[in-house]
Amino acid sequence: METINFQNFRIEAENICVDYNGKVALYDANLRLQPGQICGLVGMNGAGKTTFFNALTGFVNISKGKIRINGESVRSAQKDQTIAYVPQNEGIDNQFPISVWDVVMMGRYGSMNIFRCPRESDVQAVKDAIERVDLTDHLSTPIGNLSGGQRKRTFLARAIAQRASILLLDEPFSGVDIRTEKLISELFIQFKNEGKTILLSTHDMIHVREFCDLVLLINKTVVAYGETSEVFTPENITTTFGGISPDFLFGPES
Amino acid sequence: MELCSFLTLDSFITDPLTHDFMRKALLMSSLVAAVCGFLSSYLTLKGWALMGDAVSHSVMPGVVVAYALGLPFSLGAFIFGVGSVALIGFIKQKSRVKEDTVIGLVFTGFFALGIVLVSKIKSNIDLHSILFGSPLGISLSDVKQTIFISLLVVILLSIFRKDLMLYCFDPRHAKTVGINVFFLHYLLLTCLSLAAVVGLQSVGIILVVAMLITPGATAYLLTDKFDNMTVISVLSAIISSLIGIYVSFWFDLETGGSIVLAQTFIFLFAFLFAPRYGIFKLKKLFVGYK
Repeated sequence: METINFQNFRIEAENICVDYNGKVALYDANLRLQPGQICGLVGMNGAGKTTFFNALTGFVNISKGKIRINGESVRSAQKDQTIAYVPQNEGIDNQFPISVWDVVMMGRYGSMNIFRCPRESDVQAVKDAIERVDLTDHLSTPIGNLSGGQRKRTFLARAIAQRASILLLDEPFSGVDIRTEKLISELFIQFKNEGKTILLSTHDMIHVREFCDLVLLINKTVVAYGETSEVFTPENITTTFGGISPDFLFGPES
Repeated sequence: MELCSFLTLDSFITDPLTHDFMRKALLMSSLVAAVCGFLSSYLTLKGWALMGDAVSHSVMPGVVVAYALGLPFSLGAFIFGVGSVALIGFIKQKSRVKEDTVIGLVFTGFFALGIVLVSKIKSNIDLHSILFGSPLGISLSDVKQTIFISLLVVILLSIFRKDLMLYCFDPRHAKTVGINVFFLHYLLLTCLSLAAVVGLQSVGIILVVAMLITPGATAYLLTDKFDNMTVISVLSAIISSLIGIYVSFWFDLETGGSIVLAQTFIFLFAFLFAPRYGIFKLKKLFVGYK
């Protein structure tokens, strides 16, 4: 029964805990996501959003609990290129001497041979991905010369080139221009129709209402989880943000 | 006068080549410079300059012990190089002391141990050549070791070139797509220890860190492409070695110091005149303002 249940979920995290040298960053967190679902991850700075991502990608080890990706371990999800991570702009050294093409090609590394020699199919995947994020004019531009929005799109293209079925996006809308924001929103709808599962962290509550089927409110542990219409209430948001009223956070209409 | 003898460029270059020790020094130092230059692009991008300093100083007791026991000095150096990094990691994790402090105190501790050991172990260890390098007096067994280690490092770096670049750029993505980040971390550290070992023959323990960071820093100012950065780094390292050795030959200067000074001058040149990132942006002088 239990194993059949796993098959239906892209992501299944059960009571996971993460601590860094004894300091608890996340405890008893649960999450279940199905194909085609978009879930918003909302919480304060330091509430464990990035830690949650790190646990799902296997970048940090969980000290308790269980994570299943498509019913399998995180390790085999890594091998199968199941998860793509789109970092925050701040999490990247944008002075690194590397071009848009090279960054997007990194999305293919996991499925290449040990020397990472691109095959015809890899080149095609990279071309297609760059076209989808509308950066074809910037193939050989160093990432240091891109705008914040263009850089965000570059990393999104890397995730597309990877052909992952799960996308984890850390603050996809922060520091981007209107054009990029529109393009990302359109891509989200396409991803959803392709059956991809998306988990995105954001500070912007309007985006949560706009795209997210589900919302996960966290503050070191899950405060509330469920359909956005049911869970994304002023009371829950206030609890998540340590007692600050949503009026203060997002203006009176919230 | 004596100075007149190298007024012609031809004899300036060819005269030293008549000496066997000079030919050997030029070849070996170029090889070492190429290896260190190759690694240098990774270290500067990863931000491991201080780590390079730490590892290169920490190999000192290893070199002394290996000499005393009649083992290849590269073995001892390697053990202490990697050991120092492990110790730094351990102390950092188990105490509240900040990382740069831990690095500083561990490598100076190892270095001091090395100096004390030299004074205690009465052997024919030449402290001066360990500290300041002796590319002109390199022995045949050292030549073999240097060639072996250099080839090993170049092969490792060549095979894992792209993975290491990804590891320096975005380790989280590397991990997410199933690349063994733990392995790459220790691979880079291993190459660092090995490069420090061969580098110390050229310029000595104290200055070897320059071989590991200056060429990379120079190249970083000159290009926005990783592959070009590696090539420029290697070339600038080799050219510095050749300049350093020639200058030290003709003016009777300390060789290790001359090599590093040549690197520093090349860096300063790039710092001032690099087309995009230099202070005076040489390109503008040629192309003019648009």
